[in-house]
Amino acid sequence: MTNEEMMDKLRTIVKPYVKNEEGFARMTEESDLLKDLRINSANLVDVILDIENEFNIIIDNESMEKMLTVRSAMDIINTKLSEQ
Amino acid sequence: MSHQEILDLLPYAPPFLFVDEILAITEEEVKGTYTYREDEFFYAGHFKNHPVTPGVILTETMAQIGLVCLGIYLMKDHDLLKEPAFLAMCSSDVEFLLPVFPGEKVTVISRKKYFRFHKLKCEVEMRNSRDELVCSGSLSGIIKTNP
Repeated sequence: MTNEEMMDKLRTIVKPYVKNEEGFARMTEESDLLKDLRINSANLVDVILDIENEFNIIIDNESMEKMLTVRSAMDIINTKLSEQ
Repeated sequence: MSHQEILDLLPYAPPFLFVDEILAITEEEVKGTYTYREDEFFYAGHFKNHPVTPGVILTETMAQIGLVCLGIYLMKDHDLLKEPAFLAMCSSDVEFLLPVFPGEKVTVISRKKYFRFHKLKCEVEMRNSRDELVCSGSLSGIIKTNP
């Protein structure tokens, strides 16, 4: 999967939980999920469960705590996919 | 964990305790009841001369039975329960179908959708004593851990 394909999938996943539409329109790998997209911390759990379903991976507590930006989410997804 | 132990760990007291009895509880679902007393504080103003249980109170009742009792049960092996449990409701999406009047007994049934990363999300319904659906929806809460 290319980075661009993964970004597209992540855009679809986060869209329902985003509270900052401008931040979403400008979303890049650098975007902070909480500060730039204003996903609230409770909804971040739903984002992570949707990522698990979409990519068919399991995200543990330790990885969850690191998932703060789009880039860290992509790194964690890639790591989990490569472990399979 | 006994039903009474769960009730003892609830962080509520009258006039904001809306759980009388837990009928059944497993890791997947909980069923409990509450009877709205004729003299509940909110009937004095909701509405003038026409007491009806407010939707926020029905939602709170569904949350206390459906989220908090189940959350306590799910955390039963955790140190957290040495303190009164603290669960913050973080979302509610509820439809109200029938009014509930003073003196009515309601039964709440809650089924776990997931419990991950300390967030508990459930599909919850409330039925009256005629087994009619009063309200239903999804509720979620975060169990707070001590820093």
